[in-house]
Amino acid sequence: MQDLTDLYQSVILDHNRRPRNYSVLPSANRVGSGNNPMCGDQITVYVQLDGDRISNVSFQGSGCAISKASASLMTVNLKGKTIAEAEAIYANLHQMVTTGKVVEDDMSDLAALAGVHQFPARIKCATLGWHAALNAAKGDAQPATTEKPSD
Amino acid sequence: MNPAWQNLRADFPILNQQVNGQALVYLDNAATSQKPQCVIDALVNYYQRDNANVHRGIHTLSMRATFAYEAARERSAKFLNATEPGEIVFTAGTTDSINLVANAWGDKNLKAGDIILLTEMEHHSNMVPWQLLAQRTGAKLRYLPVVAGDTGLLDLTQLAQVLTPEVKIFAFTHVSNTLGVINPAAALCAAAKKVGAISVIDAAQSAGHMPIDVRAMDCDFLAVSGHKMCGPTGVGLLYGRKALLEAMPPYRGGGSMISNVEYFESKWAPAPQKFEAGTPNIADVIALARAMDYLDDLGREAIAQHDEKLAALAYARLASEIPGIRMLGPAHHRSGVISFDLPGVHAHDVVTMADQEGVALRGGHHCNQPLMRKLGLSSTSRASFYLYNTEAEIERLVATLQKIQKFFAG
Repeated sequence: MQDLTDLYQSVILDHNRRPRNYSVLPSANRVGSGNNPMCGDQITVYVQLDGDRISNVSFQGSGCAISKASASLMTVNLKGKTIAEAEAIYANLHQMVTTGKVVEDDMSDLAALAGVHQFPARIKCATLGWHAALNAAKGDAQPATTEKPSD
Repeated sequence: MNPAWQNLRADFPILNQQVNGQALVYLDNAATSQKPQCVIDALVNYYQRDNANVHRGIHTLSMRATFAYEAARERSAKFLNATEPGEIVFTAGTTDSINLVANAWGDKNLKAGDIILLTEMEHHSNMVPWQLLAQRTGAKLRYLPVVAGDTGLLDLTQLAQVLTPEVKIFAFTHVSNTLGVINPAAALCAAAKKVGAISVIDAAQSAGHMPIDVRAMDCDFLAVSGHKMCGPTGVGLLYGRKALLEAMPPYRGGGSMISNVEYFESKWAPAPQKFEAGTPNIADVIALARAMDYLDDLGREAIAQHDEKLAALAYARLASEIPGIRMLGPAHHRSGVISFDLPGVHAHDVVTMADQEGVALRGGHHCNQPLMRKLGLSSTSRASFYLYNTEAEIERLVATLQKIQKFFAG
């Protein structure tokens, strides 16, 4: 299982086992949901937005290790960021999981998701939580779905 | 031993390959089966020698194509023990067949207040067409429940309660694609008949796996997919009782399904042509008939026994050798479909990791989201067996799952 250690790096396995910020957020003023109709994965993201800043973010849901770990990493990485900063981080992440290219040197723990690009069927798992969070923060009432052409 | 079973894997060239450096173990047969060389040859031969449009041509190739196409109808009638070839309508597959019944029979015969009875184990293909019919007509859906617990069996003690005289259609799957349950089709059809309901059987998972006798089952309609029974994709058939087919209006309009066309109205051809508008899927229909020959050479009773033997072995070995595994579906008397939940490992992770070992599984809701919710699961992993699978492949499955469990336990 050589390639698998690329996909399931220890950071991923750790965040899958112990997802961070895995709870309902009482102070949330935005809620976003995401679902992958192909596999039944569902996620709810709670965002506390102050002005254009994501002061706090949490999630709950069911999904595979990749989607759970990626959502967990999302909460850690987006907490305290402005919407514009969050979008920039997501743009880098998206490029990384689709091409394997680590764009920024400071991708830090998110770089653990780089292996996803070798598994095209799993890219949507890695982006689901991010879609839901950004939709919530930007006030998009539509639930995120992996079947949008824009993933 | 039937000589057709000897060296049978050599009939399937696709099985002889490596995936991710390992010999392929194909255990996703409930999604689609592989095709024997004779079926592939039937397609190639048709396009190389006989290709022409059917029914309208007078030239030699057209007559050849027409003959082969109608011979496939006869072959299909024999395959299902229908009374006559005219009871076979070629379609794009099970989904298309069920939509045909829902539209052509349903729109004409259903009204507000009528009930469409389904079971809780239906695949989306035997659920959504009926939901659409209910929306069009004001009829209501009702479900025969599955018993509590993990066996997935229908709760037949509730049948009399739900199968009331308002029920006009009872549509159910013969074999569950998710849990491998084999339903008592003949008994369910008889019960439907008693209250004056028509019976519609989804035979997608059974037609290529066991003997099917529509007269013994006494069903009104039965839907079949070619690609799950060694045939090509994009082709299937609908068996319909002759009197019902004749009384139904057409489903789609076009060429071939008419007897006379005026500018403002037309007269329909008799069934089954009435339901086959446009140029049909000639090559795939002919190759499907070849698949039926292949299956009957092996013997569908023997295929059923082979499936059940492998499923029982896999069920027993996984239950005893994978700690904590949750096995779904009945332990015995089942089809070759095994569904399971590996605690702490999501089905998609199971499937991705198994693929790295060359083992093709399926993970997800198996087009049955309501049943998954009832079981308290969002997805399961599924291994489904067919005639070319072996006990050695079950060995590989067990070893792979053990490896996955170890990996995730870290």
